[in-house]
Amino acid sequence: MSKLKEALEAGTFAVTGELGPPKGVNIAAMMEEAEKYLKGCVLAVNVTDNQSSVMRIGSLGISAKLVSAGFEPVYQITCRDRNRLAIQSDILSGYLLGVRNILALTGDHPSLGDHPGARCVFDLDSVSLLHTIATMKNGKDLSGADLQGAPKELFAGASVTPGADPVEPQLLKMEKKVEAGARFFQTQAIYEPAKFEKFMKAAGKLKIPVLAGIVIVKSPAMAKYMNEKVAGVFVPDEIIKPLSAASKEDRPKVAIDLMAKLMKDLKPMCQGFHIMAMGWEKYVPELISKAGTA
Amino acid sequence: MIVNVAKPMEELKNLLADYRRVFILGCGGCPLGCETGGPARLEELKAELTRADRSVSGTQMIDFLCNKALVGAQLRYQVPALKNSDAVLVVSCGVGVQATAAMIDLPSLPANNTLNSQGMQGLWPSVERCDGCGDCLLHLTGGICPITRCAKNLINGQCGGTHDGKCEVENTRDCAWHLIYEKLKALGKLDNLKKLPKLRDYRNWDVSDRERHTTRWALEEDQLYQAPKAVGKQ
Repeated sequence: MSKLKEALEAGTFAVTGELGPPKGVNIAAMMEEAEKYLKGCVLAVNVTDNQSSVMRIGSLGISAKLVSAGFEPVYQITCRDRNRLAIQSDILSGYLLGVRNILALTGDHPSLGDHPGARCVFDLDSVSLLHTIATMKNGKDLSGADLQGAPKELFAGASVTPGADPVEPQLLKMEKKVEAGARFFQTQAIYEPAKFEKFMKAAGKLKIPVLAGIVIVKSPAMAKYMNEKVAGVFVPDEIIKPLSAASKEDRPKVAIDLMAKLMKDLKPMCQGFHIMAMGWEKYVPELISKAGTA
Repeated sequence: MIVNVAKPMEELKNLLADYRRVFILGCGGCPLGCETGGPARLEELKAELTRADRSVSGTQMIDFLCNKALVGAQLRYQVPALKNSDAVLVVSCGVGVQATAAMIDLPSLPANNTLNSQGMQGLWPSVERCDGCGDCLLHLTGGICPITRCAKNLINGQCGGTHDGKCEVENTRDCAWHLIYEKLKALGKLDNLKKLPKLRDYRNWDVSDRERHTTRWALEEDQLYQAPKAVGKQ
């Protein structure tokens, strides 16, 4: 049974974390960080699927490892690299290995990653992937054939970008995702509470738990990069200025304080947080305690 | 030649469900060779639609709908009829439907499915492209093709990579789904987004051997190639 599902259905505020698998089979450092900083601190841990189209060890393998290490993974599946046969097959494999939560994503284009000449698949997309999961939960595959044992306990979620401009296409797609079977959302990074509040008002009619995405801004350079390159994300001056003013040694403390304040502002508007620490896992326990969501 | 086949009449009636007054526009290029267009098919469609309780506000043939300039110039003479129309049914390949959609403010709906591009006689596309997916969705997407304009060929709306209306792959490239959203909003047809099929059937994308070899215009099989061979045999 998914603890994430239980918490969200009971209306309990839920915090999830995230791990980016390494390129290679040595996962000792990643597992150690997970044990030290995420265990007991977050309810579930997302495992990214060749994040940013950069080839790494797979999200299925790491999700299974996490299950055996006593974590609850959120297995991220993108549609970039696999067609409907491979994806359905992986969903069943994951279930067999104890994976219950899936985050269904379209996925970045291969041209953004480290194998830019790769052919992209996109046989399915986020909406049809959610439809696939719902179909399989009901004991059928996409061809309509009966499954010999259905993955009934799967709990599927999706992503949304609340800061997109215009936001209406995002809301329309969010609605399609809910209709296709999404039962929770983890959002792209948010830094503007007012914009998020407006988004949540519009998304309210869908009555679906939304975990606000928190990406710790580590430096002014990172903020600049996100503002230029990351779709639908804007880091305002209120965050950039204190970071610029801080010395390099003080930066982590200043960054964590800024993120904790942001989370306090966002908390009344959402049903949980999804913290993407991106290498700063060691600050996650402090961030959660300062934000008052422990 | 661009090979296209007629959509089944039942499907055409479905995609015309929301439109009562229909203008029928035919391409005088490839559909003639494919026997899926031309004055006779326009007349046939007119009769079928009239029987299906639609009023046909006008019909016109234009040589090569893939030539947007020609489409714009010719349709100027049809402004009164178009003003009395709810949609334009375009009897052409996917390029012609997109070129028409780019030139008028009415929904442009495909009457045909496009299978294959062969030879390219007369083809003069601008940014409009057709991949011959064989299952045309242009009636739902404001006449803008998500298969050829979206870098990921998505059919369920924009991905998370769209940024200021541009694609994550190339910042000068328009996000197809942003264009579709804007166009559908202008047409008052945002509801179309909910009607898109969740899954695609890719079988029609690869064409059968017969369609692959279609050279009906050049008559290569019958006349140019077969005739000398026959001569040689004698």
